[in-house]
Amino acid sequence: MARLAALMAAGSLLVSACGGGDIEEAAGPSEGGEECGDFDIAINPWVGYEASAHVVGYVAATELGCNVEYKSLKEEVAWQGFGSGEVDVVIENWGHEDLKAKYIDEQGTAQDAGPNGNVGVIGWFLPPWMVEEYPDITEWENLNTYAELFRTSESGDKGQLLDGDPSFVTNDEALVENLDLNFTVVYAGSEPALIQAFRAAEENREPLIGYFYAPQWFLAEVPLVKVNLPPYEEGCDADPETVACDYPEYILDKIVATDFAESGSPAYDLVASFEWTNDDQNLVAKYIAEDGMDPEDAAQQWVEDNPDVVAGWLG
Amino acid sequence: MLLGAILGIWLLGWLLFEGVATLPLGRATLTGFQTRLNELRDSFDAARDSNVFLDVVVGGIRDALDAFVVGAQDLLSQAAFPRPVPQVGWLGVVALFAWVTYALAGVRSTILVVLSLLSFGVLGYWSESIDLLIVTFTAVLIAVLVGIPLGIAMSRSRTVTAVATPVLDVMQTMPSFAYLLPLVLLFSIGPSAAVVATLIYALPPVVRITAHGLRTVAASTIEATTSMGSTRTQLLRKVQLPMAKRTIIVGVNQTIMAALSMATIAALIDGPGLGEPVIQALQTLDIGTAFVSGLCIVIMAIMLDRATTAASQRAESERRATRDPRRRRIALGAGAVLAAVAVYLSRSYLWAADPSRLPDLGRPLADVAGTATDWFTDTFSAVTGAIKDGFTYALLNPFQSLLADSPWWLVAAVLLAVAFVLGGWRPTVTTAVCLAVIFGVGLWQDTMVTLTMTLVATVMVMLLAVVFGVWMGRSKRADTAFRPLLDAGQTIPPFVYLVPALALFGTSRFTAIVAAIVYAAPVAIKLVADGIRGVSPTTVEAATSAGSSTIQVISKVQLPMARNALVLAANQGLLYVLSMVVIGGLVGGGALGYTVVSGFSQAQLFGKGLAAGIAIVALGIMLDRITQHAAARSGRR
Repeated sequence: MARLAALMAAGSLLVSACGGGDIEEAAGPSEGGEECGDFDIAINPWVGYEASAHVVGYVAATELGCNVEYKSLKEEVAWQGFGSGEVDVVIENWGHEDLKAKYIDEQGTAQDAGPNGNVGVIGWFLPPWMVEEYPDITEWENLNTYAELFRTSESGDKGQLLDGDPSFVTNDEALVENLDLNFTVVYAGSEPALIQAFRAAEENREPLIGYFYAPQWFLAEVPLVKVNLPPYEEGCDADPETVACDYPEYILDKIVATDFAESGSPAYDLVASFEWTNDDQNLVAKYIAEDGMDPEDAAQQWVEDNPDVVAGWLG
Repeated sequence: MLLGAILGIWLLGWLLFEGVATLPLGRATLTGFQTRLNELRDSFDAARDSNVFLDVVVGGIRDALDAFVVGAQDLLSQAAFPRPVPQVGWLGVVALFAWVTYALAGVRSTILVVLSLLSFGVLGYWSESIDLLIVTFTAVLIAVLVGIPLGIAMSRSRTVTAVATPVLDVMQTMPSFAYLLPLVLLFSIGPSAAVVATLIYALPPVVRITAHGLRTVAASTIEATTSMGSTRTQLLRKVQLPMAKRTIIVGVNQTIMAALSMATIAALIDGPGLGEPVIQALQTLDIGTAFVSGLCIVIMAIMLDRATTAASQRAESERRATRDPRRRRIALGAGAVLAAVAVYLSRSYLWAADPSRLPDLGRPLADVAGTATDWFTDTFSAVTGAIKDGFTYALLNPFQSLLADSPWWLVAAVLLAVAFVLGGWRPTVTTAVCLAVIFGVGLWQDTMVTLTMTLVATVMVMLLAVVFGVWMGRSKRADTAFRPLLDAGQTIPPFVYLVPALALFGTSRFTAIVAAIVYAAPVAIKLVADGIRGVSPTTVEAATSAGSSTIQVISKVQLPMARNALVLAANQGLLYVLSMVVIGGLVGGGALGYTVVSGFSQAQLFGKGLAAGIAIVALGIMLDRITQHAAARSGRR
């Protein structure tokens, strides 16, 4: 031990003799930090969300001098953070009428900050090779003809409809029942499981039909094709037992903490005017998921490529 | 014989009544009980700010824990504003940990700790790793402060034991996903909730093992002391605690390992640490990154395990007082001076503070791991897919049909009869209570599907445990070769191998079973290997010299004599398999596991998720009691 210690001491002396940066110098005062202060963005667990959040966060940090913190949280957990001051903004909210009723109307801890420009689509999707091979498979009336293709060890003698990001609402059991489809719902259980299944299905030309959604980075890798279910009409999904129509489109919106909205922080104005398209988001999501870029670098790249849009947010 | 008769009746009943009274429940449907849980959550949430207890007591605990963890982070792991780096940089942290390890565990452990800590920096996860250590140690500190007194109380009072045991059972078997949300209601999100979640899971081992250690201090020693007129307190302080010290440290070791695995999952409620990069990498199916951050967790687990084991051995040797204290004091003093120098350097110079200036091995390693996994899954997925199909059609589907498609009253009667035949009337009563709970929470059929997967996985675990356990028990070389792999299987977060497992087997119940086996087999294998090694060598020699072949020695001598170890392995294997039910739900296991996760993710399913968690606990307690009583019986015979 004594020898080891001597060695360590000698080593550290040697290195310190070579000098290095002085930390006190590096710790310069931060500019503009006082004006904006802390800005806590919830990161819900999907890449598209991450893209939106980091673009807003990057602009807030570089243009407004905010001290941005990202917190990885599931949706419901993030909403609870509004009241306790842990979360300032959820930048991409999918519907969640129950959470709105609870946190906006009842508790008043949250506020709606308007749409973020993205439109959410939920439905049943097929790998592209199947649509090439069986062009009429995208109409729901024809699904029973092909049910046999979709049999797996999990679905027995019926076709398998792969469901299952546990975060998303699904009517699929009722839909299969009410549309008289010879399918059974199998729960993949997580988004990675769904993506892996679709990836393998396209690579190995295996039949697969499953629940998916847009915007989603994976659609940039494999352009899944949506099945046409009976079109959505206002109220046709009111009773979860008898629903027999497609999912509605979601106008994705931004939710902020009431305290944050009333704080006068410039970050709130940025959030309120932030708006971009599905293509914008898919691009940044692709930078992150496919090109393996750090989310902050991906955001920087997009912000530098789109100065006009960003200027519009800062008004 | 009796079991055969039960099986016969069951098969007959299944043929007659298949599909009748199976109590299924649609995914989006909630029973009255589950809706009430939702309402309970809502009223609780609404009362959070107005309730004095919640505001003052729980709020006080929350603020104290948050302040403690954030303070430690500023000191050791996160930039302490306005400094760009923590108060103490990496060099100082390494030196401090090294010194503490040297003081408690010795030179070899110190080297291991230094290398492990440096690897976190080189792999690119310095601050996340130290964050994980902070959360783990905060929880362990509380667990020790609460757990050892509780363990002492349990060792002295049957009443305390009777009350505490079921509570500890629930704490260990309740899937973490089920209580993360209720915890968030109390503690909000962030470090404090993470510490409490970790504490819940990590407390039971130290309590149980402390109580066990105190109880096993030889009765003759205690008698000798009391006959000399010692009071109870003297007895405890002078005799029982010192003699049980080694066992208690083993309990602390188990608590640390449990805390580590839970602290990783606490990333889901914004707990700081290595769980975050693992979960984020999972979203983009980035196996390489998940592997590297998972590797850091494995390294940390091995480091903590070996260091605390060494500390417990030192505790033993110090009790026998064979060392020269003066030399040790000098070395400790010198170490303290060195650590102080390192801390000073790391406070003043960026090269000693900023871990990103260390060479980066993480990125290339992630690339290699990603490519290797791709190659492996591409090459073998056809074969593994066929294995999955064959297994599912031949074994899993029929067995599941028998359990889940029989009427509920038939399965309940069969389970009660099995419990009675194997364990007598006590586990039968427990089984009846547990079945009533499962029935009451409204998830009967899902529970039966989960039970099927649990039993099948446990049988596979035991097959592996016997094969590898015997091999490792008989050959030192095999033991050395396999042990690190077993450690990795136990500690690597399951999130890391979900994606390769999905690529190999698709989303299926079989994939869920494979995930459970990876996690549960190591424990069972280790227990069986220990049992085989424990068989007296003279007996084995006698059998060999009497002309028995190797197979005969194993099957006629070693396995029967290690029967207790086998039963213990089955019991532990079962509980470990059950703790993976939720993870199984993420890869196609469906049933209770999926319900728990969706309850965590969707507000309107909260009550259902919690109900599924309760069903899993009931299942766990039922299986545990049946196997334990069966074990006790076979031991008596």
